[in-house]
Amino acid sequence: MAEAHPVGFQWVMEAKKRGATIIHVDPRFTRTSAVADLHVPFRAGADIAFLGGLINYVLSEGKDFREYVTTFTNAADIVGEDFVDTEDMAGIFSGYNAETGRYDPISWQLEGVDYEAPAAGMRDHWEPSLREQSEERERSEKREHHAAMASDTGGGAGDAANATGSPKRDETLQHPRCVYQVLKRHYSRYTPEAVSQVCGMSVAEFLRVAQAITENSGRERTTAWVYSVGWTHHSVGAQYIRGAAILQTLLGNIGRPGGGILALRGHASIQGSTDIPTLYDLLPGYIPMPNAYLHTDLQSFLDADAAKTGFWGNMDTYMVSLLKAWWGDAATAENDWAFDYMPRLTGDHGTYGIVRDQIDKLTYGYFVVGENPAIGHANGKMQRLGLANLEWLVVRDMQMIETATFWKDGPEIETEEMRTEDIGTEVFFLPCANHTEKSGTFTNTQRLLQWRREAVHAPGDARSELHFYFHLGKKIREKLAGSTDERDRPLLDLTWDYPTFGIHEEPVPESVLGEINGYDADGNPLSSYTQLRADGSTTAGCWIYTGVFADGVNQADRRKPGSEQDWVAAEWGWAWPANRRTLYNRASADAQGRPWSERKAYVWWDAEQEKWTGHDIPDFEATKPPSYVPEDGATRQDALSGTDAFIMQTDGKAWLYAPAGLADGPMPTHYEPVESPVANLLHEQQDNPALERIDRAWNRINPSQSEVYPYVFLTYRLTEHHTAGGMSRFLGYLSELQPEFFCEVSPALAAERNLEHLGWATLISARTAIEARVLVTERMKPLRIGDQVVHQIGLPYHWGSNGLSTGDPANDLLGVVMDPNVHIQESKVATCDIQPGRRPRGPALLEFVEAYRRKAGVEPGGNT
Amino acid sequence: MGVRTWLGEWPMFRQATGSDPLGRGSAVQSPRTQALGSRTADADEVVKSVCPYCAVGCGQNVYVRDGRVTQIEGDPDSPVSRGRLCPKGSASTSLVTSPSRVTTVRYRRPYGTEWEDLDLDTALDMIADRVIDARRKGWQDTDDEGRVLRRTLGFSSLGGATLDNEENYLIKKLFMALGAIQVENQARI
Repeated sequence: MAEAHPVGFQWVMEAKKRGATIIHVDPRFTRTSAVADLHVPFRAGADIAFLGGLINYVLSEGKDFREYVTTFTNAADIVGEDFVDTEDMAGIFSGYNAETGRYDPISWQLEGVDYEAPAAGMRDHWEPSLREQSEERERSEKREHHAAMASDTGGGAGDAANATGSPKRDETLQHPRCVYQVLKRHYSRYTPEAVSQVCGMSVAEFLRVAQAITENSGRERTTAWVYSVGWTHHSVGAQYIRGAAILQTLLGNIGRPGGGILALRGHASIQGSTDIPTLYDLLPGYIPMPNAYLHTDLQSFLDADAAKTGFWGNMDTYMVSLLKAWWGDAATAENDWAFDYMPRLTGDHGTYGIVRDQIDKLTYGYFVVGENPAIGHANGKMQRLGLANLEWLVVRDMQMIETATFWKDGPEIETEEMRTEDIGTEVFFLPCANHTEKSGTFTNTQRLLQWRREAVHAPGDARSELHFYFHLGKKIREKLAGSTDERDRPLLDLTWDYPTFGIHEEPVPESVLGEINGYDADGNPLSSYTQLRADGSTTAGCWIYTGVFADGVNQADRRKPGSEQDWVAAEWGWAWPANRRTLYNRASADAQGRPWSERKAYVWWDAEQEKWTGHDIPDFEATKPPSYVPEDGATRQDALSGTDAFIMQTDGKAWLYAPAGLADGPMPTHYEPVESPVANLLHEQQDNPALERIDRAWNRINPSQSEVYPYVFLTYRLTEHHTAGGMSRFLGYLSELQPEFFCEVSPALAAERNLEHLGWATLISARTAIEARVLVTERMKPLRIGDQVVHQIGLPYHWGSNGLSTGDPANDLLGVVMDPNVHIQESKVATCDIQPGRRPRGPALLEFVEAYRRKAGVEPGGNT
Repeated sequence: MGVRTWLGEWPMFRQATGSDPLGRGSAVQSPRTQALGSRTADADEVVKSVCPYCAVGCGQNVYVRDGRVTQIEGDPDSPVSRGRLCPKGSASTSLVTSPSRVTTVRYRRPYGTEWEDLDLDTALDMIADRVIDARRKGWQDTDDEGRVLRRTLGFSSLGGATLDNEENYLIKKLFMALGAIQVENQARI
């Protein structure tokens, strides 16, 4: 955190000054470790073993915050009899289909709950191959397919929407099949000794962490966990986060001040671009994208993903308001509010699938906007092959990044795999405006929208994205005006008439933010998403942002100085939803609505005024008393009780066990990374049985436990550079501060491979070989894993061939295997070899890499 | 020039006799350095902004003179950052004034070996034509089973995490209306 989010880290230091213990668990010793009370060196990819060990410690020592757990979690729910744990199935859960590599989640369900994939029984809507099979198998594969579809259409209540009825519960937590006991058994083998063996930390180090976090949790104290892509870039990445969620829930650290699981995101508005998603599987506000298999009309869409209970029960109001924002008067009750104007998904259309299709010439054009995939994405060769097989490419950036110049000076030109004259891609480089040249909002990592004001005009041809996409849309609409083709209706009926200003006809950004916020039938800005209706009388381009224009005021532009506010600083910018700064903060008070302690008071029930109050906006219905018990058959939020703090969940509970919604199991389980130097010491199953692969010649994978690729490498960022370098390698100061690509190795590894400090090294994987300067440092520590020593190599990933500071791209060394829930690649751990000296040049590089592959027995893979 | 004046311009004399015995301020100023002012002092305006690098969202004050950014400093008012900036945020003046910044459209024709110039309006028109063509070539009304798809796989978009919410909104909205489902950004990498 001190390296990649230095200014955010000042608050960690403030906490330390006030007595907080700072623990840094990381393979590398960094600037964060330097000021932490404890640095725990650690093997990349072993995090679930570590988190599982902590969960086991909490449960076996009885250190959970019992009153919080029984009030706010599903610990008392009873798991159905059909569930078989990894304990009894060699590391795999019940429901696994080895042929498809997918899970059917039916056996994970809770007792008393009916779970049915919504399209079950609708034979014609499923893959034809499934029809021939026996009925039970057919049903099972439908559910499997549905579970996978549900993960491809993220958002909404997801698969949980299909669970109906109330689970049986045992409030004493003694029933052998209650979630609490199932969890306890699942993690019983994650002992301190096992953790030490798998992770490479000592038992004493592990126990010191376990004691620190348990002693610092409870009524009087809270513990926060902070993570970044070191947790998400794994083939079991979503389960890493689940692991932290289980631990923090057991310790009562969610919804309370000083608690939480804090994701430190790496781009100025990466949170915003997830909320208003430039992502294939979501619509604004985490509404799922319609799926051709599941959603034939608006009603089936709502049936599939709008929960009956909890706030996702209002998805009809969010969705109709979105459709009204986009298609205005053309969206009517008669045409299902234009639901059929929406394109449909049929599966994974994530970035790696798109690039695979580019290589196969199944897709023709590509807009790359403020991103540099030729350097920043895993398997750079795959990215550049995709670019070279396009018909056209539009790159919008400030600097001439490698993604725009791959046809001229990419690594494949040097190796003669490609020739400039043979590459047919037509490339448009359009210069873009920078952050001082346009007004608009970024959403930061704490969900805070902050408005930037335009300071100067953009030079030359540089324009904002707002300008580009508005005018591109206008131009396409002009060219298709008068079309009678039914497929052009959504485009021609689109609300696309933003007011403009200035000589370049720049769209007024406030008008777009206003549309995002939404309006009532009279055109007044809405103040809250609870005002949205499903009858077409309201609009909202992103329901979770409704309120950012409350009272017609741009709330994101509020700038009351922090020094004039309390520590919550609620009058600086605007946080979604409803300016709440800490989510699920109802859990900061006990069942009766009293603060857990004076010290940790945050939001509480004021019995006199009969409403929730406190330091933050309550993340709860303001006047729903703690004693509220829903009537039978209640729906939406009315179905949640006065103690159901987790209002977006169908049951209002934090889930220690997830009966639905995950593609790879109801509880996190330690699997080794796909490329690992060691066998899985905890389970027979080596890696995530449900992970996703792309089996192609350009994406070869190093064999696990290979002597040819014996070392672990991990990629990371430096303080002085940013992502793929487009905003840092081209600047003088930053290039002087970190002038060259390097690899961090321990003195022991340097001795083992004759690597010289400040000399050159070549790193080799089944994909390619790259070269880097050698930094021999005690910051990298060899770890003992089982009976072997594992060396880890650190690689910052910022470099490429353009700019002031140049070097080989670390991401070229990586292959692509993916988490099945979110299709994120495993780029924070892989294997390689390292040798002293520079890499071969030209075609000799290909022969060099091929010789390694032959030695390692790497199959050539599928078609090129 | 009198002796007193001559002595008074001698830094050692001023250091020994004046209010700056450590020689770190007025004692060591030459007439040139004395006449220098900070770029922040003579700005025409100071514009409130937010750092464009990571997602912490540090406040920035953008100093503008004669229509150009002259300096970017941390905004002390921000409860997020309290005026601090990291090395990247501190270097953001050079981000916006970079001499290698490209400010004109560049065009590489198919199989071409060099960049060419292209008018911005022409580029926009050509891109619109290519979108319409790729959309048509990649169009799918239904799948083999007759399920409604009404989408195109003809083109895709990558990027968004460095853009504004309003910009992401227009991208998603336009692509959905075009039937183009392949929209992705940094959140998945």
